[in-house]
Amino acid sequence: MGTPSSVPVPAGVAPGGLFASPGVRHAAAALGAFALLALVGSFAPKWLTFLLTMAAGNGLVSLGIVGLMRGGVVPFGQGMVFAIGGYAAALIYNRLGFTDAIGLALAGGIAAVLIAAPFAPLLSRYRGIFFAMLTLALSMVTYGLLMKLETFGGSDGFNLGRPTLLGQKLPDDRVGFILFLVTVGFAVVMAALARIYFDSTRGLVTLATRENELRVEYLGGSVRQAMAINFVLAAFCGGLGGALVVMALGHIEPTFSFWTTSGEFVFVAILAGWHSVVAVFVASTVLEVVRSFSSSYFPNTWQLALGVFLLLVIRFLPKGIGSLWHRERR
Amino acid sequence: MQTAVTILIDGLTYASWLFIVALGLTLVFGVLKILNIAHGSFYALGAYAAASFVGWAAALKWAPAFSIVAMMLAAVVVAVVVAPLTERALLRFFYGRDEVLLVLVTYALFLIMEDVTKLVWGANPYYVSEPYALFGNVSFGRQTWVGYDFALVALAVVIGVAVWWVLNRTRVGKVTLAVIHSAEVASSMGVDVSKVYMGAFSVGIFLAALGGAFTAPMISVQPGVSVGVIIVSFAVVIIGGLGSIQGAAIGALIVGLARSFAVHVAPVAELFSIYVVMAVVLMFRPEGLFQRTQARRI
Amino acid sequence: MTKRTSAGAAAQRSALALAALLAAGGASAQETFKVGIVSFLSGQAAESFGIPAVNGAKALVDAFNKGAAPAPYNKAGFGGMKLEAVYVDENGGATKQVQELKNLYDREKVDAVVGYVGSGDCLAVAPAAEEMKKFLLLYDCGTPRIFEDGKYEYVFRTAAHATMDNVALVRYLKAKNVKAETFNMINQDYAWGQDSKKDFTWSMEKLYPGAKPGEDQLPKFGAGQYGTEISALMAKPADVTHSSLWGGDLQAFVLQAAPRGLFQRTQVVFSAADHVLPGLGEKMPNGVILGARGAYGLMSPKSALNDWWWDLYSKAYGVYPVQAPYRMVQALLGLKLAAEKAMAANGGKKPTHEQLAAALKDLEWESPAGRIRMALGNGHQAVQDTAIGRTRYDAAKKMVVLDDIVRFPADCVNPPPTMKSEDWIKAGFPGAKGCP
Repeated sequence: MGTPSSVPVPAGVAPGGLFASPGVRHAAAALGAFALLALVGSFAPKWLTFLLTMAAGNGLVSLGIVGLMRGGVVPFGQGMVFAIGGYAAALIYNRLGFTDAIGLALAGGIAAVLIAAPFAPLLSRYRGIFFAMLTLALSMVTYGLLMKLETFGGSDGFNLGRPTLLGQKLPDDRVGFILFLVTVGFAVVMAALARIYFDSTRGLVTLATRENELRVEYLGGSVRQAMAINFVLAAFCGGLGGALVVMALGHIEPTFSFWTTSGEFVFVAILAGWHSVVAVFVASTVLEVVRSFSSSYFPNTWQLALGVFLLLVIRFLPKGIGSLWHRERR
Repeated sequence: MQTAVTILIDGLTYASWLFIVALGLTLVFGVLKILNIAHGSFYALGAYAAASFVGWAAALKWAPAFSIVAMMLAAVVVAVVVAPLTERALLRFFYGRDEVLLVLVTYALFLIMEDVTKLVWGANPYYVSEPYALFGNVSFGRQTWVGYDFALVALAVVIGVAVWWVLNRTRVGKVTLAVIHSAEVASSMGVDVSKVYMGAFSVGIFLAALGGAFTAPMISVQPGVSVGVIIVSFAVVIIGGLGSIQGAAIGALIVGLARSFAVHVAPVAELFSIYVVMAVVLMFRPEGLFQRTQARRI
Repeated sequence: MTKRTSAGAAAQRSALALAALLAAGGASAQETFKVGIVSFLSGQAAESFGIPAVNGAKALVDAFNKGAAPAPYNKAGFGGMKLEAVYVDENGGATKQVQELKNLYDREKVDAVVGYVGSGDCLAVAPAAEEMKKFLLLYDCGTPRIFEDGKYEYVFRTAAHATMDNVALVRYLKAKNVKAETFNMINQDYAWGQDSKKDFTWSMEKLYPGAKPGEDQLPKFGAGQYGTEISALMAKPADVTHSSLWGGDLQAFVLQAAPRGLFQRTQVVFSAADHVLPGLGEKMPNGVILGARGAYGLMSPKSALNDWWWDLYSKAYGVYPVQAPYRMVQALLGLKLAAEKAMAANGGKKPTHEQLAAALKDLEWESPAGRIRMALGNGHQAVQDTAIGRTRYDAAKKMVVLDDIVRFPADCVNPPPTMKSEDWIKAGFPGAKGCP
């Protein structure tokens, strides 16, 4: 079924040289993007660097959501893994004295995976609104727990100090820029990995699941397994994002797991669409910018401004920003 | 003995309040498949409208008993004015889209309505006190309750029975049920589906506003009243099953009694009582207690 | 094709706008002193704390620029420099607040930030301001943790923290010989409520040894429905019922509890309730003992400065100022004095963040609520007097008034610089002076 030319070419050295292989192309693109962002960050004013750091960290969570959205389900509770990643990083910093930024970020991702993984088999059975509601409920239960537990700071949360990088203390005037580099670095790496995953067999199976689950099952793919794996990967992205955001903010609190936080991640994923990985981070930046400027210009009506913006986006960009530059191959 | 009766009565009064407030949410989801996050905002709108209407009734020197009529009227006006506006100007563009997308649309609506109510009514608190004292007090042993709380129980029963009766015993209701089961088939049978949606949405908004209007006498109506209601309505509706009237009633009863029990016996656990019930239901019956099994469409 | 170009054009336009903004930010910075004011403009704390404080700030900024305040605050603006205020909504969570803080300093280029009602927000922004080496003035939040758990060079709090609220409340009960062999509590289940109930319980242990704690209700923040809790409080009535409820929750509680007779069955004491008195009016039962988190509103001491402030606020807003605007006025008065002191020291130029910090440290000044002294936290945390009173509805004046007012000097109800609040209460208030 289908001509030989539609059989996917295995990654590796393909006819056409090194750059024809997708893996290398993505790695080069990632490196280029990182270099460009580093350049921008070194000239940008501090508030902009911070805004981009937050956009990158939040964008990671939305990246995980996009991974799940490609399979046709929308998780409305990613605040849970975001909070778990953040609390794990903050607790490790304060209680265990481990302060390396890269290590804390990875620890956040792993902690989120460990706690979310047991729920994956349960969640993979559900679709549509029930999947969304289940994830929402889980995140609110987490929120309730975090509010109650005084050892984790209760409703006020707690602070963490300045992280170190590969054993080096970070100098006063460059902290923001270095954390920006770390966060953007992770974002770029995860974006490239996500692109590779989305184009891989399992990633394509996920996309097929969105179209028609039954047919995928008939063709021998395991939908539940794909969903469960996507959920775990989204948890890793979420935990990673949470840890990075916590390090940039210096503060963690239970609101990280609140439903409004999760809702904003979903909005960014929808704004981005599921075609382009770059779109996720562009969308995250757009939301941060809109939020930031509506607070400044409309202190009394920023909620109105944000709500109107949300509606306009959902109405006029049904396939997300990614559809602006993605062309579907027929 | 006294404690057991108190727990029951408290559970019942709180459950009635929950039911009145959450019914509109489950109805709107059942018919339109929209999980309306702005439900709390319509509740707040009903409360503000009731404050205004009862205020005007008092200025016109109407008897306090008329304040109940004023509150009902407030809820009706909110439904009649806001529901068509929201449906035509907003929701219509998003029908048929992903369910979760609609959740985000209602979230945007919630944000917008928060600021709009603040712009219209300002940040000052409003009080709707005349109705609260209308029903006197009810005593049992050493406990005293306000008669108004029991009036709410009666209201909950009336509303529940009315909605059930309309859905199951009238033509309009049966058409609505048909649309709930399958909008496509109903449409091909000649049912004007968008009219049914409009009607159901209006009723849902009316119920939310009614909840707000009848709660207004017990609280100070000010910015932020919508927030607490959203979460608690969701919990009730998730426990009972999205779209099920009986589910909302049973869900409200379970949450009301659980909370009442926690408050009287172990107040430390009160914050958790609602989350625990929700988590337990979700673990074992994620569709809720009364969800109809839905055939998967291929 | 059109989509791509319109996206590009939009990007170009927003880049231009951004550049214009950044440029505009720098131009007018020389002539005016720009202060960022952050408080709740929406959400549950707006009506009770945020908007009254922001209203107070607006009236004050106007008055300062006209030089209309009484001496020693009668210089126009800040030492002749025009005062300009930028307002930011505190609603939206601590994460958003840290971002807004950075925007205020880096984008709006404010010379100082005055803000924050929420303790969580204060705890989040204080380290951020310190990291950025920018002057931050916390004017309202209650948690003692800020300066007890951390040391700051650039962060100050110009109001006493919440410890004195409940210590004064218990001392009032003792001073008035109120029977308190048993006590119930109802507080919101979050940091504020939990800390308040702990302070109250520990203070009771010291001043009423043998008093038995009974019901300990912890309803969710924003619950608004207290029927069940009221039944529990009435089923096991105690001599005293304590609550730190505030805002809409407090008003709902009073509206629901009063008709059921709770206030007759027990002596209710509220730690921070003065802000609901103007609204509730007649619906507030008589004889309720309450505090205002300071000598504010109806309990404020008589002085020319207070009279001026009272008139300024009441004429502008039609209601007398309660605690929130008072805390704003004492913050802005302190900032004005510190700025002018710094300008006197640096030859009349706009003070830098370091100069402001050096000027405000250990400062003392008169406010409409009495003398404010930056005595704790190494000169960064204020102490002030407080007062507790009893409610009575005055039919002639058509408003609730406070009788039996007892004033508590700062040294009686605030811990000494050497001790943490919790330890000070548990040790039996060592060093407390001047207690009535």
